[in-house]
Amino acid sequence: MLIYTLKRLVAGIITVWFIATATFIAMHQVPGDPLMNDKAVSDEIRQNLEQRYGLDKPVSQQYLIFLRNMLPPDPDFGISFTQQNRRVNDIIKDHFPVSAILGLLAITFATLGGILFGALTAIYRNRLPDFIIMFLVILGISVPSFVFAALGQLLLVNVNALIGYSLIPVAGWGTVMHMLMPSLVLGLGTMALLTRLMRSSMLEVVNEDYIKTARAKGLSPIRIFFKHQLRNAILPVITILGPQIAAITTGGFVVEYVFAIPGLGRYFIQAVQQLDYTVIMGTTVFYGAFLVLMVITVDVLYGFIDPRVRLQ
Amino acid sequence: MRLILAAHLLSVTFCCYGQVAATSVDYATQTITHALTQEPPQLNSMKATDQVSVEILGHVMEGLVRYDRRGNITPGVAERWEVTDSSATFWLRGDAKWSDGKPVTAHDFIFAWKNALDPKTASEYAFILYALKNAEAINKGELPTSALGVTASDDYTLVVTLERPIGYFINLTAFTTYYPVRRDFYESRGTRYAADAKDLIYNGAFTISEWVHSASLKMEKNPHYWDRNSITLNAINIDYITADTRAHLNLFIDGKIAHTGLDGETYKDALTQKLRINSFTTGSVFFLEYNHRPGRATGNINIRKAIQHVFDPAEMVNRVLATPGNLPGKSLFPAWVKGVSGKFRDEYPPPTATIDLNKAQQYLSAARAELKDIPPLVLLVSDSPIASKQAEYVQGLLLSKLGLKIVVDKQTFKQRLAKMSSGDFDIVGAGWGPDFDDVMTFGDLFASWNLNNRGRYTNPEYDRLVRVAMDSTVPTVRMDAMGELQQILFDDAVLLPQYEQGIIYLQHPKLKGVTRRVFGPDPDFTYARVVK
Repeated sequence: MLIYTLKRLVAGIITVWFIATATFIAMHQVPGDPLMNDKAVSDEIRQNLEQRYGLDKPVSQQYLIFLRNMLPPDPDFGISFTQQNRRVNDIIKDHFPVSAILGLLAITFATLGGILFGALTAIYRNRLPDFIIMFLVILGISVPSFVFAALGQLLLVNVNALIGYSLIPVAGWGTVMHMLMPSLVLGLGTMALLTRLMRSSMLEVVNEDYIKTARAKGLSPIRIFFKHQLRNAILPVITILGPQIAAITTGGFVVEYVFAIPGLGRYFIQAVQQLDYTVIMGTTVFYGAFLVLMVITVDVLYGFIDPRVRLQ
Repeated sequence: MRLILAAHLLSVTFCCYGQVAATSVDYATQTITHALTQEPPQLNSMKATDQVSVEILGHVMEGLVRYDRRGNITPGVAERWEVTDSSATFWLRGDAKWSDGKPVTAHDFIFAWKNALDPKTASEYAFILYALKNAEAINKGELPTSALGVTASDDYTLVVTLERPIGYFINLTAFTTYYPVRRDFYESRGTRYAADAKDLIYNGAFTISEWVHSASLKMEKNPHYWDRNSITLNAINIDYITADTRAHLNLFIDGKIAHTGLDGETYKDALTQKLRINSFTTGSVFFLEYNHRPGRATGNINIRKAIQHVFDPAEMVNRVLATPGNLPGKSLFPAWVKGVSGKFRDEYPPPTATIDLNKAQQYLSAARAELKDIPPLVLLVSDSPIASKQAEYVQGLLLSKLGLKIVVDKQTFKQRLAKMSSGDFDIVGAGWGPDFDDVMTFGDLFASWNLNNRGRYTNPEYDRLVRVAMDSTVPTVRMDAMGELQQILFDDAVLLPQYEQGIIYLQHPKLKGVTRRVFGPDPDFTYARVVK
């Protein structure tokens, strides 16, 4: 098990290095000039700016400096181009927790809902509840989150107007009430995905011999459902949970934008638009490492949950 | 300060204040809440360039002079001043204090100015200090900062030596880059200066009491501010920061914010909701700028004249922009610019081209004769929705009226800038906003030495007229020169004025006294109040 974990870790580090290198190369291929702004500046000022960000050096050297600074135990991504007095490390430190809370809430919504609805559709297969839920699932998968976000916000405005009191805030961040709608919206897509996964996995399990045995033993349907069906059907759900957690925690840009949430997602996207080299590298490497870590965690956890994985 | 290249309408500050519930305005505590489209990227006054930073800084900092509610210069830290052709003396008030209670002295201004000019600081707005003796040489690294023509004859008397006579010097000193910075505090913060609320010290009407990045920024009345009795608001809370204009409108309707800007889309919704819509003309001019570099088809004057005779700015304002507040573009100089005694536009009416298809065709055939073949013209624009709409309009117009093919090149902000400075365009959608209250904030834009002259227009006569207006302090001489220059811009069809930008916004009916400004912090809540 230890060797298995170590192997996965080494592969993960190589993956992160690859992400960093690919991003670095791609970023420098994007046309445009990170130091250029509305007002044209003189050559002297330009040179000083280039010096400040190390852009006066050859790109290969910039890459080596970047790699060296990135190394643990004290990775330093430098200062932001757009917010010249903020360190990229501080930006990640300040804003990732917000994205993480939002993401965790969303994934909680998604998992609970996905498992519940998936199991329901399997039990009521080809009956009305199945049709209704599967129709909603297709909606959830195909409608992009910015539509849900805008609709969700509009719904809140109208509900608040109807009751004449601002029950749930339409935007902003700070209290649990602020988090409800955005995390629900953010989790919808994943919830739909998990519902489908859970449904097919449940359907497979329902016909297994051990379920028949359980029935024959005279166990109550509830006990069969929780003890035998759910536990066996949930494995594939856990498999994709890792990458999904990473995707949700990092992919909340639209939701952050609509609900005015100070998450890292907006820095991630805006940095690319503004060619903010240091923030691009910082957020990409951070998110990349986070994704890799989640995948490894799930792989290792999977080994505990299903001993067959370890043997293979 | 706000030069706005291309129709970058979305980047214009949208502030926001509420409407129904008690949270957006509170009479008892004199508190208002609003929203920003982005968080201020740079609150170091020596380096700030963008409109949001300037708006916030205008509430928490004060220069030697400031703008009053009518947009006129009024005493700030300086109680009085005297400007001659060669120098300016400012007498600072004794009761101007920093937010820690220490006095604001002449040394704080000297430190800020020298620091902004230091090439190591790499301030993009350093050029606005070039009125000071040796400033340009210092900024270019030719002289040490100690050579700057500014001294403190005592703590409260600031003596400035001018590089040349400059009639509007006092207007410059209201600008952000001229704000004071206290050396001991600045040095104690190092590179973190202005990164957080605690990393900045304030001498304006408000202080920043709390700043959660990208989430909220709270300003409180500054108890040490010398003119605190004129300030009614106790707190300005910015509780929401997002560029989503629809979220702003929703927050306004929900009563969470007291003031919000609108764009073309949210404008329609606000109309449906029967909200009272205000408009304001920002004083910025948007125009199509031609590439005059050799080898470019747009370097040919006849092409430019042909376009001049088919393009109707009024139609663009009414049919394409279709929101209140915009004025048809008539000249590089917008309507608010002051002339000798009244408005420049009244004293020197801008020449206008008649919409005349025959004339346009004549110019075009002359162009065809000279150029042999006119290649498709590249129209470079930003990626904002409104810029696309404008580009499509121009594309359709020139094709249908003149048979000119236009290729629209839509680019993100940095890419567009890169293409503009390398000259990779024929026509670019550009704009210019005023930095200070003088005709020169527009006049020198197409001078051959101006780095912002992206189309590289060069005309010795134009340069000469700019120099006349720069070197003279006699209003009639200066304005006559600018009048002639306006004629050249038209005759040469250097640019094609499109519109003077208007913005539309919603404001809570109980919120009064918000100042909208052509230059300086806008919107300005310094003198605002909440009524019962």
